[in-house]
Amino acid sequence: MDMPQPNARIIARKSSILALLSQVLPPDAVIGDPAETRAYECDALAAYRCQPLAVVLPRTTEEVSAVLRICHAEGVPVVPRGAGTSLAGGSMPTEDAVVMGLARMTRVIETDYENRFIHVETGRTNLSVTQAVEAEGFFYAPDPSSQLACAIGGNIGMNSGGAHCLKYGVTTNNLLGVRMVLMDGTVTTIGGPWDEPGSLDLLGVVCGSEGQLGVVTEAWLRILPKPEGARPVLVGFAENEVAGACVADIIRAGVLPVAIEFMDRPCIEATEAFAKAGYPDCEALLIIEVEGSEAEIAEQLAKIKEIALRHNPVEFREAQDEDQARRIWLGRKSAFGAMGQINDYMCLDGTIPVSSLPYVLRRIGEMSAEFGLGVGNVFHAGDGNMHPLILYNANKPGDLALCEAFGAEILKLCVEVGGCLTGEHGVGIEKRDLMVVQFAPVDLEAQMRVKDVFDPQWLLNPAKVFPLAVSAGRRDAVTTGPGASPRTPGIFEDRKCQA
Amino acid sequence: MSGVMRPETEAELAEIVAGAAGPLAIQGGGTRRIGGAEGAVLETSGLSGVVLYEPAALTLVVRAGTPLAEVEALLAGERQRLAFEPLDMRQVLGRTGVSTIGGVVAANASGPRRVQSGAARDALIGVRFVSGRGEVVKSGGRVMKNVTGYDLVKLMAGSHGTLGVLSELSFKLQAQPEVEATLILEGLDDGPGLAALRRALGSPFDVSGVARVSGRSVVRLEGLAGSVAYRVGQLRAVLPGDVSVVEGEASAEIWRNVRDLAPLQGPEGDLWRISCLPTHAAELAAAMGGTVLFDRAGGQVSMVLPEGQGEALQKALAGRGQAILLRGAGALPFARSSAEVLALSAGLKSAFDPKALFNPAQSRGLF
Ligand SMILES: Cc1cc2nc3c(=O)[nH]c(=O)nc-3n(C[C@H](O)[C@H](O)[C@H](O)COP(=O)(O)OP(=O)(O)OC[C@H]3O[C@@H](n4cnc5c(N)ncnc54)[C@H](O)[C@@H]3O)c2cc1C
Ligand SMILES: Cc1cc2nc3c(=O)[nH]c(=O)nc-3n(C[C@H](O)[C@H](O)[C@H](O)COP(=O)(O)OP(=O)(O)OC[C@H]3O[C@@H](n4cnc5c(N)ncnc54)[C@H](O)[C@@H]3O)c2cc1C
Repeated sequence: MDMPQPNARIIARKSSILALLSQVLPPDAVIGDPAETRAYECDALAAYRCQPLAVVLPRTTEEVSAVLRICHAEGVPVVPRGAGTSLAGGSMPTEDAVVMGLARMTRVIETDYENRFIHVETGRTNLSVTQAVEAEGFFYAPDPSSQLACAIGGNIGMNSGGAHCLKYGVTTNNLLGVRMVLMDGTVTTIGGPWDEPGSLDLLGVVCGSEGQLGVVTEAWLRILPKPEGARPVLVGFAENEVAGACVADIIRAGVLPVAIEFMDRPCIEATEAFAKAGYPDCEALLIIEVEGSEAEIAEQLAKIKEIALRHNPVEFREAQDEDQARRIWLGRKSAFGAMGQINDYMCLDGTIPVSSLPYVLRRIGEMSAEFGLGVGNVFHAGDGNMHPLILYNANKPGDLALCEAFGAEILKLCVEVGGCLTGEHGVGIEKRDLMVVQFAPVDLEAQMRVKDVFDPQWLLNPAKVFPLAVSAGRRDAVTTGPGASPRTPGIFEDRKCQA
Repeated sequence: MSGVMRPETEAELAEIVAGAAGPLAIQGGGTRRIGGAEGAVLETSGLSGVVLYEPAALTLVVRAGTPLAEVEALLAGERQRLAFEPLDMRQVLGRTGVSTIGGVVAANASGPRRVQSGAARDALIGVRFVSGRGEVVKSGGRVMKNVTGYDLVKLMAGSHGTLGVLSELSFKLQAQPEVEATLILEGLDDGPGLAALRRALGSPFDVSGVARVSGRSVVRLEGLAGSVAYRVGQLRAVLPGDVSVVEGEASAEIWRNVRDLAPLQGPEGDLWRISCLPTHAAELAAAMGGTVLFDRAGGQVSMVLPEGQGEALQKALAGRGQAILLRGAGALPFARSSAEVLALSAGLKSAFDPKALFNPAQSRGLF
């Protein structure tokens, strides 16, 4: 993965930039020592690393604004960071960038159960938002599997999804408003605790903009009353096609499960070896979860069972109690860990129309043989969001590149059948250069014009989302501050920034 | 330029826009334009028809000029629907015509089910539009989960034709429920009547409508028969007032009336739509007087007021929500915004429509 050549003039001015930052932040909030900035050199796409120029850890919106004003004036790029769990390199810095870590802004500002919202600072973790309201019987619906660690700011940056988004939607459907600081230091409020924008839907475009439009410091989130209960069933099938058809029939029947998860044979075998969840020996399995009271759960499961049995499943397993429910989820929840036991892996997240599921799985199998790399598929089947896990050996020269090439082919396939490159992890650096597969030049131009409006100097997380060649003109046109420079053209044989 | 233009293909539409020298008034069915029509009329009705409908994937791709009624009939044939329940404002605005799906999206037109299933913007998963530069731009696609690039889909929903002409739209659909039922709470004043609605909305019983209309509070439940019966029983036990229950068509009719603002169709005056905190709604209505309909447990208040009450209304709101004048002198599809939001909106307007061709009347709300 290429990153742009860092701006040498900025790097040369490191100490004076640190001095400026120290004027507006307490000493413990500015980090310039490489031994300490090392912790910020990558996110969860850990194959790519780069030491930032400095790290700031502000405690207030005012501090965020003061830092941005300085960086704006100095022409220094800024990379907003929540918990750094991005799988796409979204929060990976460049050598000439200041990392703006929000981890110290974790306050709950207000909870309002009658009006069903919570107002938080965005460094707060996803899970702790739910924890703040669950005593009153409420929860915050988007629940990425990284929810223990990931922050609300990162969720907004990536428009993250979760296991229950089939019913409750993703971040953008549960976000009411934000307080945000623009790159020039302007503090603005977009939306609020009520749910109608009344203006252009700026909030909709900020959500999922990968830290490129502003630094979000506060958010108003919709909280929902917790359902009375939930229960999963597990259904095994002899063929992927049949499992796919079963998903389609359930959706058509109008039962709305909160989750429909799909695992294929390689993934089932790996998780069995690892977690011993007692899954059946079969080609494909579905885990379907429904919610409600006891009676409602029974009613929905009866419908699902009737549909599933029409497809001659190898097994239909109902959880009779909490422990059995836990065991049904155990394999699915340990799938990533299990694959990690076998090898290093790369996790993709292209989305496809659910009707293309059997075809896409067959093609992935064929490509796996061609590339000589194993792949297992876990899948949010209800909404077509795939998670192919490609196995490779990080210590074997060339294997990572081979794996990336294979991954690119899978993502192109997703686009070819009418889907997209990423369903919930974001583009970051990982899928940046594939954007041209999905979008025509005018489409990308329209998106970049949005960034031009929010961040005319292209200083916020500039090397992400758009292919470097496509964004070059804008990134190079830095015109303000001592950092301004005609960056050397020909940066596209760009070096790999790896520690 | 004058007269009416009616392109029949997206390419033709792009050509018209690219060649336009003066302002264009984008017109779907022309049933609910808020604010005046300035410029040559650009009709979208020629861009009509279903591009793709996959019931098993809950996916619909449709051209923007397709009549809403046609879309709804098609979906009903498969026992599916648009979850966001677009309203029919012809009565309340005194218009005739055929609503188009593009107009619905351009207005982010959404009904009472918003409390459960979201607005038009939440069901919209892809758009194609022609920008003021005459370029055909796409964003999103036809899949349910998509974070590839910026979400211009949301930006276009509710932009009231100020940024581009929508040509094609993709939706995530919803299956029609097996049954619906409505609890009717009578004998309560606005204060307790709205408190009861907040209580229903804060319960685990998954309500899909909470409104207060003509002195009655109404709560809708939809789903499998057994489930609805169970939830009706649970709510009935805790909600105050004289509670009765209606089902099927009787229930549906209540929600059509809420959706289409039926009680506000008679009275003369300015029609305001207010978005505020539910707990603030009763106080706001009491302060303003007039004919009122509360939806979303008070989160949305529609009221007919005598002319010229705008300032008084803003004062009563005190920044705790926003108000749009739907009908009356100076009607505009956008609320008052902060200077920062306006600066960003104006920036987006000139980024997408640098020659300021589209909907000049509505675009005034962006500056
Ligand atoms: C084990 C594992 C499981 C995962 N499971 C899921 C899953 O189920 N669903 C899912 O969607 N994702 C998942 N992810 C991906 C990741 O957790 C999400 O993308 C998450 O939302 C990132 O949050 P973060 O706080 O770590 O953000 P970071 O990685 O720090 O940042 C993510 C992006 O947001 C930007 N950003 C961060 N904070 C702000 C802010 N305050 N203002 C503006 N921009 C900001 C960053 O610049 C970056 O572009 C998983 C990751 C891991 C490692
Ligand atoms: C402020 C406001 C709030 C509203 N709120 C709701 C609500 O909450 N719920 C509800 O159900 N309805 C609501 N409506 C009604 C909504 O306007 C109509 O449902 C819909 O616009 C009718 O479609 P039409 O074809 O008749 O549109 P028209 O009346 O022709 O057009 C409506 C607006 O959309 C623009 N437009 C039409 N087609 C396109 C296109 N293809 N591309 C770009 N722009 C286009 C027009 O220029 C015009 O500004 C609201 C309307 C407004 C103005």
